[in-house]
Amino acid sequence: MNKPRMEIKIGSMMMKNPVTVASGTFGYGPEYAELVDLNRLGAITVKGICPDEHVGNPTPRTFETRGGMLNAIGLPGPGAKGFLKKYIPFLKQFDTPVIVNIWGKAMEDYGRVVELLDDEPAVSAYEINLSCPNVKEGGSAFGTTLDMFSRTVELVRGKTQKPIIPKLAPNVPNIGSFAKAAEECGSDAVSIMNTMPAMAIDIETLKPQLANRFGGLSGPAIKPIAIKLVFDAFRACRIPIIGMGGIFEPEDAIEFMVAGATAVAVGTANFVDPGTLVRVIDGIETYLARKGHAAATEIVGMVKA
Amino acid sequence: MKQEKAAVLEHQNFQGEYRILRLAAPEIGPQVRPGQFIHLQIPGMGDRILRRPFSIYKASGEGVSILYKPVGRGTEAMIPLRPGAPVDLIGPLGNGYPELGKGRTPVLVAGGYGNAALFLKAKELPLKGVAFFGGRTAQDILCVEEFKALGWDVRPTTDDGSLGTKGLVTAAFDPWLEQQDANTLELFVCGPNPMLKAMGDRAMAHGFTAWLSLDKNMACGVGACLTCVIRRKTADGWEWARCCKDGPVFESREILWDE
Repeated sequence: MNKPRMEIKIGSMMMKNPVTVASGTFGYGPEYAELVDLNRLGAITVKGICPDEHVGNPTPRTFETRGGMLNAIGLPGPGAKGFLKKYIPFLKQFDTPVIVNIWGKAMEDYGRVVELLDDEPAVSAYEINLSCPNVKEGGSAFGTTLDMFSRTVELVRGKTQKPIIPKLAPNVPNIGSFAKAAEECGSDAVSIMNTMPAMAIDIETLKPQLANRFGGLSGPAIKPIAIKLVFDAFRACRIPIIGMGGIFEPEDAIEFMVAGATAVAVGTANFVDPGTLVRVIDGIETYLARKGHAAATEIVGMVKA
Repeated sequence: MKQEKAAVLEHQNFQGEYRILRLAAPEIGPQVRPGQFIHLQIPGMGDRILRRPFSIYKASGEGVSILYKPVGRGTEAMIPLRPGAPVDLIGPLGNGYPELGKGRTPVLVAGGYGNAALFLKAKELPLKGVAFFGGRTAQDILCVEEFKALGWDVRPTTDDGSLGTKGLVTAAFDPWLEQQDANTLELFVCGPNPMLKAMGDRAMAHGFTAWLSLDKNMACGVGACLTCVIRRKTADGWEWARCCKDGPVFESREILWDE
């Protein structure tokens, strides 16, 4: 039997398979290069970049929970120029597209960061972080009010010809309306989902477990939430969905695809087992072959519901 | 840095509440430098998912050993591991301790089983000297004979006076320091953070070098998640440094302690 075709397309960006990483769980690439063959990945999605250097939150920044973890890292990073200088030469060594996750403290930052990055051919696409629960300025507000969401996506759309992928917040009453708005504003895909706003408290000290008080929940605990969001969004828009939330095994990734995701991202599992990415890629291929599919795209949204 | 499916070779009581876990890891073992650590995926942790970092006590072509005490969910879940059990390791990680400076006199300082992280350094150092080991009781001072056999002059301190000088490690170190030419000393330190800070403060006050191995909660262990950051001084302020990747060993002057 022929090998199933694993390639997928997000706008003009070709991915050799449907698997990327969730922004913030893989650094900028070099951190995992000794453990993961970066040429195997469908795309590398780097940690969030804003126009200028950003310091992030005080510690403790993460906290392990049942079936997951909370994080409130606060998007520390080198800024657009720092990113280009420090990481692009490294990333260019690989035959893997680079999705740059972008964010801003104010709306105009989203335009400014794209202006600073867009001339770099190694930047293949932008994932727009409109839903980080951990930065005080802007952050989740961009992702939970439809008007601000649309204005921000339109602003980015006006600045680049490259694919743009808004990352949707899970804590909205109707994910479909955001997916639809993303499509209407010219997005090439949407990412679903960002972490879920959450909290944990130390009952001895009576203090929150995170210095930021609140964080975002990730890991297996959120997977069923993410699956439903993908399912709902698939029915509301025609652009591809990159599904993520607690993918630890190939079966999790396949479940996202069947729910409606064209591509998937492995996040928290990178911390637990860096071998997850390659295992998920190979496992999707094995599943497709076993089920007699000619291409990964054939299973997208095939849930009988 | 490798990810390796290791197997338990030996897992038993070491002393008091402390246990030794020896793992067959022929890829990681030979790469280990003193002061580095491994990131261990503990089987049977159920819904607690993250790896746990451990200082490397011994390393060889065969693999690595760690000393630990069951103190939390991760270390308690390790207790049932039997010889032959598979364990997933990432390592060796971190930078470890640097080479001894020219003309310097090495000193080891450890709190509790922190001295396990110093064993490979103690073995490698071209000069041997005084080793200050502090603990709550005699049961918490490990490996004294082993360090002595390497040629170290071990000076224990215990909170209850059950071994050596009564008091914190500084109770033995401070009077000794007064007799030394302080600026020739180079300290290799591992232990709880308050002890590290106490030794770091002395290093700065007396003008000697102190390499401190910091312990912070970690998630990824490879520098990606930015959980384990500390404030490192720069020319015009400070920056975040990752314990897992930029450390865990820092020189005392680099560290801006959280008050």
